[in-house]
Amino acid sequence: MINIHNVSLSYADRTVLRDVSLSLTERRIAVIGANGSGKSSFARMLNGLVLPTEGEVEIDGLNTRTHGKDIRQKVGFVFQNPDNQIVFPVVEEDLAFGMKNLGFSKEKIAQKTDEILTRYDMRDLREHPAHLLSGGQKQLLAISGVLVMEPSYIIMDEPTTLLDLRNKRRVSEAIMALEQTVILISHDLDLLHDFDRVIVFDEGRVVEDNIPSVAVPAYVKRMT
Amino acid sequence: MDTKSIVYIALFAALTAALGIVPPIPTGFGINITAQSLGVMLAGSIAGAKRGGLAMVLFLALIAIGLPLLAGGRGGIAALAGPWAGYVLAWPLCSFIIGWLIGRKPGANVWLLGAFIAFGGIVVMHTFGILWYAFASQIPLGVAFINNSIFIPGDLVKVAIAAVLTHGLRRAFPTL
Amino acid sequence: MLDLYSPGKSFLHKMSPAPKMLVLMVAATLLFLNDSLAVTLAAMVAVLLLYPLAQLSFKQAWQQLRPLLWIFAVFFALQWWLAGLEQASYVVLRLAALILLASLVTLTTRSSDMIDTITTGLGFLKPIGVNPAKVGLAISLALRFIPVLAQVTQDVREAQKTRGLERSVIAVAMPVAIRTLKMADDISDAIESRGYRP
Ligand SMILES: Nc1ncnc2c1ncn2[C@@H]1O[C@H](COP(=O)(O)OP(=O)(O)O)[C@@H](O)[C@H]1O
Ligand SMILES: [Mg+2]
Repeated sequence: MINIHNVSLSYADRTVLRDVSLSLTERRIAVIGANGSGKSSFARMLNGLVLPTEGEVEIDGLNTRTHGKDIRQKVGFVFQNPDNQIVFPVVEEDLAFGMKNLGFSKEKIAQKTDEILTRYDMRDLREHPAHLLSGGQKQLLAISGVLVMEPSYIIMDEPTTLLDLRNKRRVSEAIMALEQTVILISHDLDLLHDFDRVIVFDEGRVVEDNIPSVAVPAYVKRMT
Repeated sequence: MDTKSIVYIALFAALTAALGIVPPIPTGFGINITAQSLGVMLAGSIAGAKRGGLAMVLFLALIAIGLPLLAGGRGGIAALAGPWAGYVLAWPLCSFIIGWLIGRKPGANVWLLGAFIAFGGIVVMHTFGILWYAFASQIPLGVAFINNSIFIPGDLVKVAIAAVLTHGLRRAFPTL
Repeated sequence: MLDLYSPGKSFLHKMSPAPKMLVLMVAATLLFLNDSLAVTLAAMVAVLLLYPLAQLSFKQAWQQLRPLLWIFAVFFALQWWLAGLEQASYVVLRLAALILLASLVTLTTRSSDMIDTITTGLGFLKPIGVNPAKVGLAISLALRFIPVLAQVTQDVREAQKTRGLERSVIAVAMPVAIRTLKMADDISDAIESRGYRP
């Protein structure tokens, strides 16, 4: 469970999040809002990449201020641009990076690599240069790199924004099939039908918080 | 050292390598005018003294293990030992000095930035280069100095580019 | 130039990276110090023969050299004019052999293996405060950034072309720099998100 208590966030002189309090318990939570409304800053706060200026964020009772390292493993993060997330030049090397950081054994790394590549139908790409994958495959690799670290929560910041229609579908299917809790930031509203909860941000505040059939139309109305 | 510093060090080493692919202008003295020293200047002026200096150490290490990343595809220990090697070996110091000077004057305008970059990127680099060359090829310092002057116009252009870029970037990223 | 790993099962793929890199270092140095055209030619042939033995094609060898052809041409012409045909052939052959040799190592060695080796090799620097694991990470990132920088530059040039600005150094360099610095910030966040402990 993720608890956010009276959180505000400022960069230098600019306030990006204003007094946000939320308790996140659902398995599928979406965050939507205009560009610059603070979604990415909110997401980065959830795995401790950014610490709130005021207030506290707690993941399963651990505060992001004091338990940064444990939280990074518990809360996986998928970025918008997979090119910025892939650290090593070859697929299997990149998958191993996170696992090595967690101190997994060689056998475990090999076994998990095999498992995840099979799951996404990429076994032939094991030794493939990562920069030559298709956009969808790159994003699946980025997601895989997070999944092998066995997180309980996965935050995704617009993971489908840069993809074409077919790859978008493939990646969103992969997202829906995850057993972990997913917090998805997205502009693809049609992705959100099956979500349990949709939170709408505007200028750093939560302005809607409801089931998709209520929150999405309210958001669309707000935007037009 | 934090992760961001490691990434910046890698980035500016890579930038210097990538600039080696820009067509060099041959001078006829066995060494060419290249865009690579622009990377040296930017490493100092953008990444700062420590990160910039270490970026150049990393770059030289990549050369030393045999990667042909110096302009014209040169690499290996031998490429760091010839009569012209003084210039390249001075790069970590050049970037460090540029970064250090700029770090002491956070509000510097584009002219002052240019002066700092010119000091590290021309004065320091050439002093080292000339001394090494005169020593390695046993020629009088004066001759080395005159031979060296052929690089000055190209270097001034690079200083101007580096100063304008640095000035612009410091406005786009106030936290640099 | 410097293509990264090409999968295979040859003896060069299987050889551990430390001796491979040591051989590269020594061979590159010797090649540089030698000034006979005949020896350079022999070295070139030897390096070329290693390509098929390493399950690499001559096409791959050619791909390493192709981006540098115009540099070769300029070197050759210049050296011919200044020092004669033999010297020109020698300089260009030596350069080509060095590049093919270095590529042979990068093509048959995973960068993670290479980095592990360097990391181990740098262990002796620990007492003076150098962390070999960080050096390894920096090396692998640098190798990854080189093609990325080339790609970003090309994207920006194309964008600026529509405005007739593709030949202006600042109009290309400024957006490239801004994009790369943003990317650097994202990458360092991604590295930390993936459990890396600085
Ligand atoms: N590192 C930063 N430094 C300063 N301002 C930032 C930083 N990151 C984001 N911002 C600003 O915070 C605001 C919210 O940004 P962001 O969280 O990225 O919103 P969104 O993801 O909804 O587009 C924007 O105005 C942005 O310019
Ligand atoms: Mg965002």
